[in-house]
Amino acid sequence: MEMPAPDARVMAKTARIVERLQSVLPADAVIHDPAETRAYECDALTAYRCPPLCAVLPASTEEVSAVMKICHEEGVPVVPRGSGTSLAGGALPTADCVILGVSRLTDVIETDYADRIIRVQTGRTNLSVTGAVEADGFFYAPDPSSQLACAIAGNIAMNSGGAHCLKYGVTTNNLMGVTMVQMDGTIVEIGGAHLDPSGLDLLGVICGSEGQLGVVTEATLRILPKPEGARPVLIGYDSNEVAGRVVSDIIKAGILPVAIEFMDRPCIEACEAFAKAGYPMCEALLIIEVEGSDAEIDHQLGLIKDIANRHDPVELREAADADEAARIWLGRKSAFGAMGQINDYMCLDGTIPVDQLPYVLRRIGEMSKEFGLEVANVFHAGDGNMHPLILYNANLPGQLELCEAFGAAILKLCVEVGGCLTGEHGVGIEKRDLMTDQYAEIDLEAQMRVKDVFDPSWLLNPAKVFPLASSAARRAAPAETGR
Amino acid sequence: MMNVSNEAELVEAIRTANGPLRIMGGGTRGATGAEGAPLSVAGLNEISLYEPGALTIVAAAGTPISTIETALDAGGQRLAFEPMDYRALLGTTGEPTLGGAVASGASGPRRIVVGAVRDFCLGVRFVDGSGNIIKNGGRVMKNVTGYDLVKLMAGSRGTLGVLTEVALKVLPKPETEATLILHGLDIASAVQAMSAALGSPFEVTGVAHFPYSAGDDPATMIRLEGFEQSVRYRTGALKDLLGHYGEISIVEGVPSTTGWTRTRDVDMFADTPGDVWRISVRPSEAPAIIAQMGDGVRVTLDWGGGLIWALAPEGTDLRAALGPINGHATLVRASAATFAAIPALPPEPAPLAAISEGLRSRFDPRGLFSPRKVDA
Ligand SMILES: Cc1cc2nc3c(=O)[nH]c(=O)nc-3n(C[C@H](O)[C@H](O)[C@H](O)COP(=O)(O)OP(=O)(O)OC[C@H]3O[C@@H](n4cnc5c(N)ncnc54)[C@H](O)[C@@H]3O)c2cc1C
Repeated sequence: MEMPAPDARVMAKTARIVERLQSVLPADAVIHDPAETRAYECDALTAYRCPPLCAVLPASTEEVSAVMKICHEEGVPVVPRGSGTSLAGGALPTADCVILGVSRLTDVIETDYADRIIRVQTGRTNLSVTGAVEADGFFYAPDPSSQLACAIAGNIAMNSGGAHCLKYGVTTNNLMGVTMVQMDGTIVEIGGAHLDPSGLDLLGVICGSEGQLGVVTEATLRILPKPEGARPVLIGYDSNEVAGRVVSDIIKAGILPVAIEFMDRPCIEACEAFAKAGYPMCEALLIIEVEGSDAEIDHQLGLIKDIANRHDPVELREAADADEAARIWLGRKSAFGAMGQINDYMCLDGTIPVDQLPYVLRRIGEMSKEFGLEVANVFHAGDGNMHPLILYNANLPGQLELCEAFGAAILKLCVEVGGCLTGEHGVGIEKRDLMTDQYAEIDLEAQMRVKDVFDPSWLLNPAKVFPLASSAARRAAPAETGR
Repeated sequence: MMNVSNEAELVEAIRTANGPLRIMGGGTRGATGAEGAPLSVAGLNEISLYEPGALTIVAAAGTPISTIETALDAGGQRLAFEPMDYRALLGTTGEPTLGGAVASGASGPRRIVVGAVRDFCLGVRFVDGSGNIIKNGGRVMKNVTGYDLVKLMAGSRGTLGVLTEVALKVLPKPETEATLILHGLDIASAVQAMSAALGSPFEVTGVAHFPYSAGDDPATMIRLEGFEQSVRYRTGALKDLLGHYGEISIVEGVPSTTGWTRTRDVDMFADTPGDVWRISVRPSEAPAIIAQMGDGVRVTLDWGGGLIWALAPEGTDLRAALGPINGHATLVRASAATFAAIPALPPEPAPLAAISEGLRSRFDPRGLFSPRKVDA
């Protein structure tokens, strides 16, 4: 993955930039010792690393604004960073950039159960938002698997999803307002505790803009009352086609489970070996969870079991208690860990129209033979978001490149069947150069126009999302914007 | 009036336009002081894909909402955001279209729980002010590939471009519904009761309050939808939860559905003289805001108090009377003279206005879709 060469003009004035940043932040909030900037050299896409010019850790919106103003004046690129769990290289630095980390912005500013909102600083982790309200019977719905570590800042930038988004939506559907600092230091308030904007839906385009439009420092989030209960069933089939048909039949029957997870045989085998959850060995495993009171759950699961039984499952297991429910989820939740145990792996994130599932899985199987790399599939089946995990050995020369080529081929297949390159992880650097497979130049031009408006100097996280060739002219702006 | 029957004709019409255009779907929105040569996209009328198993429908922007609803009904599904039908309120005719519903961004009572129109839009195609055909999003439910221009287009009132196609997420139609009606509550207690319902685990899908219903008896409506036995269970549970607010009656079937259609369409203020305002607020602040409006103003509340519909004497600048609020007030119905004096939409704070203006000038450099001063 190519990154633009660092701007020599910026590198030449490193000392001055650091000094100016030190003038607006406490000493321990400016990290410029090369031994320490290392900590910020990559996110969870660890194959790519580059220490930044320096990293700053502001503790208030005003400090963020002061940093941005300096960087704007000096023409220094800024890469915002939450917890660094991006799988797309969204928080990857360039050597000439300032990493702006929000990890010191962790306060809960307001909780209001009558209006069902919480306002937090964005460095707060996803899970600790729910943590702040769960004793009172509420939760924050988007639940990426990385929720223990990832920050609301990154969730907003990536429009992250989770296992329960079939029912509750992704970040954008649960975000009501933000405080954002623009590249020139201007602080803007967008949305709030009321619904819907009067003018253009700027919040809608900021969410998912991968840190390219502004630095989000505070957010108003919708919180929901916890359901009375939830219970999963596990259903195994001898063919992907049949499992796919069951999912479609359940949805057509008017049932909307909170989660429908799908695992294929390689994934089942790896999870079973790793977590010993007692999964049946079959071609396709569905985990379906419904919510409500006991009686409501019984009723919905009854309908689901009827549909499932019509398609001859090899196994159908309903959780009788919390322990059994946990066992059903155990394998699925350890899928990534299980893969990491076997090998290095790359986790893809394309989305396909759900009816294309059998075809896409067959093609992935064929490609796996062509590329000579194993692949296991976990899949949010209700919404078509696939997570193929390609196994490779990073120590063998050429394997990473082979794995990337295989990954690109799978994502192109997703686009070909009517889907998209990324369902929840974002484009970052990882899928940047595939954007032209999904979008025509004019479609990308329209998106870049939006960045032109929010960040005319193209200093915010500039080398991400758009193919370098498409954004080259815009990024070639002067290294100083004047004072 | 100019009519186009496909995207190519629309591109041509926009490229050759030499002055402002007034884009019309079904023409149900009436005038809000808009000027320009009328251009109808009602000819873009086709459902190109409907996949019940994937909860997805794709249709051209001029497709009537009624056509879409009929198709979805056959699959046991529906548009969950309850697009409002403005005809009675505004005294207009015509046929509400998909493009109009998306561009106006107005969602009905269920918005408070399931989300707004924009939350159900998966993808769009549109033609910008330079005649470029632009697509964004797609037809799948999870998609973070690039910037979300779908949200930007939804609710943009056609100021960034003309929608030609929209892909939507749809939801199953519930087996049944029931409505609890709480009687006699004042606005403050009603907002409290509605918050309690929304904060319960019983999945209400509508919460509205009418200070003046039949015989001036205030009524607070709470809707439950779903499988029959689940609705029955939750009706009982909510009755217990809200029992201390006083008398509660329950309606089902047609009286329930009609009540919500009338809520959605703000029927209370149809055929009544006066201006109509739509005010989005923080629910807990609704009582104080309403108290500020004075006696000549009648209100109804939707979204658990988060949406106030106000009927004010003609020419009243309710926005000015309220002063700064956490939220915003839109003038929806008024005479041309009033619209000339009071802008329909509130002014935005300077930095946001600059961003919005920047977007409009880039997507519509000639000012075809929102007349304004255009730089050289
Ligand atoms: C094991 C694992 C499991 C995962 N599971 C899921 C999953 O289930 N669903 C899912 O959607 N994702 C998942 N992810 C991906 C990742 O966790 C999410 O993208 C997450 O939202 C990133 O948050 P972060 O705080 O770590 O952001 P970072 O990685 O620090 O940054 C991500 C992006 O956000 C931008 N950004 C950060 N802070 C700000 C700010 N204040 N203002 C503006 N932009 C900012 C960055 O520039 C970057 O582009 C997973 C990752 C891992 C490692």
